[in-house]
Amino acid sequence: MTKAICASGLVKTFGRTRALDGLDLTVRSGEVHGFLGPNGAGKSTTIRILLGLLRADAGTARLLGGDPWRDVTTLHRRLAYVPGDVVLWPNLTGGEVIDLLGRLRGGHDPQRKAELLERFELDPKKKGRAYSKGNRQKVALVAAFASDAELLILDEPTSGLDPLMEEVFQRCVEEERERGRTVLLSSHILSEVEALCDRVSIIRRGRTVESGTLAELRHLTRTSITAELASPPDGLTALPGVHDPDVQGTRVRLEVDTDKLDEVLRHLTQAGVRSLTSTPPTLEQLFLRHYEDEAPAGMSR
Amino acid sequence: MSGHLNGRLSAFAGTGRLVTLGLRRSRVMLVVWVYALTAYAASTAYGFKKLYDTPASLHDFVAGINGNGAAVAMYGRIHVTASIGGITAWRMAAIGGLLAGVMSVLLVVRHTRGDEEAGRLELVGAGVVGRRAPLTAGLLVGVIANLALAVLSFLALISIGLPVAGSLATGLAWTIPGLCAVAAAGVTAQVAETAQAARTLALAALGVAYLLRAIGDAGRVAWLTWVTPIGWAEQVRAFGGERWWLLALGPAVALVLVAVAYALVERRDLGGGLLAARTGPAEAAPYLNGPLGLAWRLQRGALLAWAAGFAVYGAAVGGILKGIGDLAKDSSDMQDMFARMGGRGSLEDSYTAAMMGIIGMLAAAYAVQVVLRMRTEETAQRLEPLLATRVRRVRWSIGHLLFAVAGPALLLAVAGLTAGLAHGLRVHDLGGQLPRLLGAALVQAPATWVAAAIAVLLFGAVPRLAAAAWGVLGAFLLLGQLGPVLRLSQAVMDLSPFTHVPKLPGGEATATPILALTAVAAVIAAAGLVSLRRRDIG
Repeated sequence: MTKAICASGLVKTFGRTRALDGLDLTVRSGEVHGFLGPNGAGKSTTIRILLGLLRADAGTARLLGGDPWRDVTTLHRRLAYVPGDVVLWPNLTGGEVIDLLGRLRGGHDPQRKAELLERFELDPKKKGRAYSKGNRQKVALVAAFASDAELLILDEPTSGLDPLMEEVFQRCVEEERERGRTVLLSSHILSEVEALCDRVSIIRRGRTVESGTLAELRHLTRTSITAELASPPDGLTALPGVHDPDVQGTRVRLEVDTDKLDEVLRHLTQAGVRSLTSTPPTLEQLFLRHYEDEAPAGMSR
Repeated sequence: MSGHLNGRLSAFAGTGRLVTLGLRRSRVMLVVWVYALTAYAASTAYGFKKLYDTPASLHDFVAGINGNGAAVAMYGRIHVTASIGGITAWRMAAIGGLLAGVMSVLLVVRHTRGDEEAGRLELVGAGVVGRRAPLTAGLLVGVIANLALAVLSFLALISIGLPVAGSLATGLAWTIPGLCAVAAAGVTAQVAETAQAARTLALAALGVAYLLRAIGDAGRVAWLTWVTPIGWAEQVRAFGGERWWLLALGPAVALVLVAVAYALVERRDLGGGLLAARTGPAEAAPYLNGPLGLAWRLQRGALLAWAAGFAVYGAAVGGILKGIGDLAKDSSDMQDMFARMGGRGSLEDSYTAAMMGIIGMLAAAYAVQVVLRMRTEETAQRLEPLLATRVRRVRWSIGHLLFAVAGPALLLAVAGLTAGLAHGLRVHDLGGQLPRLLGAALVQAPATWVAAAIAVLLFGAVPRLAAAAWGVLGAFLLLGQLGPVLRLSQAVMDLSPFTHVPKLPGGEATATPILALTAVAAVIAAAGLVSLRRRDIG
């Protein structure tokens, strides 16, 4: 399988801050790849290197088979980018910006543009200064989706969208995948990544800490179990892989490492199960586990 | 009642913190401005003290100036004639007042509309910040700058040995136009939707005030002098029976304007201007298809506004040219001064050349502003999406650089044309005067390109310090202003590109300096573009 993006050992420092510290990222052609990490983890810096805006201090990066720093013009013909913080020119209308970006990219389909404007419910006649954050983001999204780029780089593209528009966005990404395009979706919104992405890379403090399909990553996570038993369980809390057990008489609540489920279930059935709920690990929990030493309060979305 | 009062007070909540933040953010700009203006005052006083150390030489100088319409138009009339303090205060009043006004406008707009445009106010506005707090904080930063300037220039003047009362009046006289400009910028920041438009409006008002008093002083139309804050600064008459009461006019007018600004704040949304945002076309016009089309769209408004200003300025310069030669033919000192500034021709010619030098500085200011717009685009993160398309950095910058090259030339041509028309029609020699004055204006262009090129180099090589291009331009201005007074050596004067501009009309129009300046500009700009290609964006 060909690789749309292949970066390894990327290092970038700003003064004394080490924004990237040996980051690896591989995105296969045709997949929607989630790029996850808390604010300041280095997501935008990586994307800026991939766009040839910043030059990496060390490491290599290949984008669509080219060098992102040297082959700017040929590469940028084939990609579309939506920045995390879309800033428009105050005196240009949204429609003008969409057309301008489309023309600078090498043309776009006016029919697709009209369709996208309708789906995103965006008024293209408003001036840049009159748009809310969400609407500014829609301008950049319409411009990107209307292009015929083979690679979409989206940097936290939905942070200003309401839930309804987020759904429109997700459908658009699905369509891009069906059309065989590659999407790099940076986000810290986990439900979005869970719903959309084939594979995920999780980064933290400028390093890739985990990379793989969601199924591959799930083994790292815990399943929550709540059970009502016939008799009080015996020795359950001492089993390997059990976390935060809460046993009150016959009622049991615990988390268990997903690869240790068998043993726990055996113990539960021995005590007699009256009712059982188990919740599969969400990406959110997976995420929290990687960052649990870093203020989890901000990750609660 | 108390609810009403609380409402009133809560509108100002957070002002103190915003002022601290503003002073911190602008600390370099503040220090440079205040230091430069204080140095200007001190070195002027020092220079005059050395130059006119006998009553006779002082008398000659004063007679020479007051007899010369051009000098009076530029600096005002000398009212206090018998002391070094008197001529220092005269020299500082109009030009210094103008510069204090420029400083005030730049500071206030930066902290009001500038922050709002950049979205920083939105961030701050979500905290405990009253509706009027950002405007109030911006105004206070401007007031603090003016008071610092008044105090420091007062101290500088007494340290040179000038009388205390007069020095105080000189320092405070600056605050009249300064505070008026602070408040005027507070108003334009509400009216205009962009920082650039707010700055342009306020600076235009300042320019009109300067021009009105120039006509009033030179044409002996007293009421014209008396309707402008810069005129009041002149009329304070420091070192000769100070009219202290005039100092109250600045704050008084400022308070009225501030009331207007507050009223406007209540009537508009955050991010909006006074005029409700109109809608525009849903699709881009065909020309909006590349960096040049975009640059035209972003720069055209400012270019037209500047061109209008240059047309008026040119007409004013040309309009009073006829009367210049009749005055002060007998003052050798006067002729000396203009010869230093404007070359050795007839008095008309050297006056014209001096005026064209000022027009050249203004055109250079336009060029620097055009170049620095690129830095604004970069820091506002509007550049990134463009560079993520096929557009390469240098091609993008060339869109703006065309304006930095052709813009000043166009502005100079406009000023030269209106000056030539105004003068040519008065002396019934349109065919002769029009090309002469047009040429005298256009010959400034290469020097403006050097200033622009320095801005390009700073933007390319040390983007964080790009705004230092204003400092460089200010240094050129000070060299031109102070060089002759301080009798600086030619080597120092040669640092400014404007020193090398042929003094036209009257002087020799040689191609060498024009070509040399153009070549220097090209080399510096090319170095800037090479750095731009290599550096990180953002």
